[in-house]
Amino acid sequence: MSTSVLFDLPGPRARRRQLVGTVVGALVVAALVGLALWRLAANGQLEPDRWAVLFDPASGVPQALWQGLLNTLAVAAVGMVLATVLGALLAVGRLSDHAWVRIPVGVVIELFRAVPLLILILFCLLFLPTVGVPMTAFRALVLGLTLYNMAVLAEIFRAGILSVDRGQREAAFALGMRKTQVMTLVLLPQAVRRMLPVLVAQLVVLLKDSSLGFIVGYVELLRTARSLVEFFNFSFGSQYTFQLYVAAALVYIVVNVVLSQVARSVEKRTRRSTKAAAAKDVELPADVQMGGGGGPV
Amino acid sequence: MQFLSDNSDLLWGAFLTTLSLAVVSGLCALVLGTVLAGMRVSPVPPLRGLATFYVEVFRNTPLTVVFFFLAFGIVQIDLQFPSRFLTAVAALSLYTAAFVCEALRSGINSVPAGQAEAARALGLTFGQSLRQVVLPQAFRTVVPPLGNVWIALAKNTSIAAGFAVTDLTAALQRLANANADQLLAVFAAVVAGYLVITLPSAWLIRVVETRVAIVR
Repeated sequence: MSTSVLFDLPGPRARRRQLVGTVVGALVVAALVGLALWRLAANGQLEPDRWAVLFDPASGVPQALWQGLLNTLAVAAVGMVLATVLGALLAVGRLSDHAWVRIPVGVVIELFRAVPLLILILFCLLFLPTVGVPMTAFRALVLGLTLYNMAVLAEIFRAGILSVDRGQREAAFALGMRKTQVMTLVLLPQAVRRMLPVLVAQLVVLLKDSSLGFIVGYVELLRTARSLVEFFNFSFGSQYTFQLYVAAALVYIVVNVVLSQVARSVEKRTRRSTKAAAAKDVELPADVQMGGGGGPV
Repeated sequence: MQFLSDNSDLLWGAFLTTLSLAVVSGLCALVLGTVLAGMRVSPVPPLRGLATFYVEVFRNTPLTVVFFFLAFGIVQIDLQFPSRFLTAVAALSLYTAAFVCEALRSGINSVPAGQAEAARALGLTFGQSLRQVVLPQAFRTVVPPLGNVWIALAKNTSIAAGFAVTDLTAALQRLANANADQLLAVFAAVVAGYLVITLPSAWLIRVVETRVAIVR
């Protein structure tokens, strides 16, 4: 249902009422923003030299934030590649004809989706070293993100494989292909093309989740901002605190919005493409978009 | 298993904190998300724009950053939450509301157009047709996605541990330091705490879903 069936096009009186409402509402919003800006100014947060530090290479701040962003992206990239590969394997395993493959794989998927992501990361960080696996914050973060996201992606891939038209599979079997051939040559390529926008969207989720590194002590973007703040507090007092946090948040938002737009344009292209089996509405469920342990138990 | 009886107070308190965090922020997010969804389909363009802006910003911001801002940022405009628990509730509700709005909007879109057309033909205003015709049907179809959002919220409360709220994850960190020799048992106890919340929720969602589902 498109939203326009919910209401008539506004007539002259409704338009006038809306205009008055818009002006009043805009004034209220402007007043709130003004109030916030006034308090910021009163606390001296808007002085240009406080913001200049963000762009001044001599202060080392742009370099540090850039490095933080690179660290964030590194975790997300490694995690995404591993999670995609393992997720595809798990999805195929879950659709296997053999119960001894299908059931353990199902247990693995359900287990990693049921545990909060932060607990999973802490488990990698705290427990694995005690059984002799050398761990760093980076590895724990990547491992935790991989385990959780591979389980989520496995379910997404499985849905994708199942959504390929039944005739494709039957035709492939009729041509005399074997089970593995049907999966790798016919079903998976179509499923992956169809799931491409969802994969990019999942990358946004993974990038957001990489900020959990802040809690486990990996020097990603947020932790970088925090340690810069601590460093500056030590030498100059807390005068740059607010600016650094705002900068870190803005970088996250910009990167993620760009990625979301990429996902959207990929989706449009997939919809046009004739090779992908006519995709209807492939979108990440709201709870998976939340990250940090979305997905039903 | 010795530590379980030794620390039963800590674990029980942490469990209650996690549960109340999830319940209180879940209710706030539901109210805020419903208002946002109503705004997103409203006839007034500025309201639509405002709601879209809100959802886009919070969907693309990590929850940790939202926590961060409410814990350390708003001090700069002379605001402060009375307690850390309330800071966590505010962060979780603001973040989750965006996803509640998304889930609800897809529910509104799944209501057949004929319903809204009939409502308008009867002379109902936008507010009336939304409240009495469209939303009741939308809520019924989005029980599973909304339920999953609630389960994800329950797991997301674990991030509050990084901001000095003594929830299950904070208890985990404390117990892990004290009982380094029984790490597995500590993890099992804490994960069980989360499962006690999520598994019955999942069951309840399935029951409610079958009760209220509309056969189309």
